[in-house]
Amino acid sequence: MTTRDKIFYGLAAFTAALLTRNLYQIFLVLPDELNQGAAYRIFYFHVPSAMLGMTGIGIALVFSLLYLFTKDFRWDSIAAGITEVSMVFCTMFMITGTLWGRISWGVWWAWDARLTSALVLWLIGAGYLMLRRAIDEPTTRARLSAVMSVFGSVNSYIVWKSIEWYRTQHPQPVLSMRSGGGMAPGMEATMYWNLLALLCLAVLLIMLRMRQETMTREVEALRRYAHAL
Amino acid sequence: MSIFLRQVWAIMSKDLRSEFRTKEAINASLAFSLVILLLFSFAFDTAAEEMKQLSGGLLWMVFAFAGTLVLNRSFIREVPNDCLDALLASPISGAALFLGKALGNFALLLAIEAACLPIFAVFYNVTLTREPGWLALVMVLATWALTVIGTMFSALTVNLRLRELMLPTLVYPMMIPALMAAIELTRVLVTGEPIGENMMWFRVLTAFDIIFTALAVTFVDTVLQG
Repeated sequence: MTTRDKIFYGLAAFTAALLTRNLYQIFLVLPDELNQGAAYRIFYFHVPSAMLGMTGIGIALVFSLLYLFTKDFRWDSIAAGITEVSMVFCTMFMITGTLWGRISWGVWWAWDARLTSALVLWLIGAGYLMLRRAIDEPTTRARLSAVMSVFGSVNSYIVWKSIEWYRTQHPQPVLSMRSGGGMAPGMEATMYWNLLALLCLAVLLIMLRMRQETMTREVEALRRYAHAL
Repeated sequence: MSIFLRQVWAIMSKDLRSEFRTKEAINASLAFSLVILLLFSFAFDTAAEEMKQLSGGLLWMVFAFAGTLVLNRSFIREVPNDCLDALLASPISGAALFLGKALGNFALLLAIEAACLPIFAVFYNVTLTREPGWLALVMVLATWALTVIGTMFSALTVNLRLRELMLPTLVYPMMIPALMAAIELTRVLVTGEPIGENMMWFRVLTAFDIIFTALAVTFVDTVLQG
């Protein structure tokens, strides 16, 4: 077992324990919220996955730029892994958001500023991953997807700000609840614990994806080598 | 610098010349705009007063869909006979190549939009001449935004299989801030609301133009090499 494996399995055990503890806390210890009843519990997954999904796209940008400067495939693997995992969290953010919206707002989808930005972000991430699938040659794939990542992340930021302006200019059909702020201390702490658990999960998934990416490249190289013989 | 500008001019005039000889993209794009304008008439009640509120959105949907027909082709048309390789081997920078192509597309798109505007005004009974100067500014800024994104992604996907399938998914989400600003500004201009409160959208458009022109010029060499 290499050091990397040890870190991987150690982190996996820690994440599993922490998630179990958080689930126990969320469902069995904490009381229902005064106005929203039991539905508020979805926020323990909704808010952390939003944070992780959104920041992930920005972090992927850093690694894409690192690839463009160094041409080291490791950075490309990390950027791809982070984008994929961010997409998972973005999806979780949107699904939990619609579930909560159905109960609290009465509609599944409200075209609220945050949900809309998340959808655009998701589409940009999907474009990035589609682009990767469409290119077979590893160098071209890394180069073009790094550029796509730069354009996508910059655009995500502009989208984020302008959708906020766009939606706030129009009368909003529903109140959007900003998290934090009015939360009780016990409830807020649990949210940060769950953020930590999901962050560990994200790191685990990214490590896994990186290893797969490296192996894929090795297999492709071997195949080309065999072909050349 | 003057050499750079001459190179940009050479690429732009080459593109426009070959387009005007065949008129392939411009005809297809104009016809397609008409088709979309017709389809909208089934989707909405054209007599309703809300039509004015919707008009900005409709107009820019037409421009975005018809425009990408022109934009998508801008690098692909260089693939037959290995023209792209010749262009890359020629002593001009990627930035000059990109700007030349973008300016050529920009001129074509503006021409198509200018042809669509009166048709749109007639079909949907919308007054577009309330603030012609402001409207022209919106058109110029937003069309350049669409052009930069479209031309850049045309370069990015030029060597890809599945290119036609991928481009719309890649391009439209990238255009969202510019389209949003253009839609909002056009709506304001058509309904006659005061423009002063919406100056922010001009800033969004200008910032979008500057940021993505700079990014495209920086990265076009990376995209086209190899």
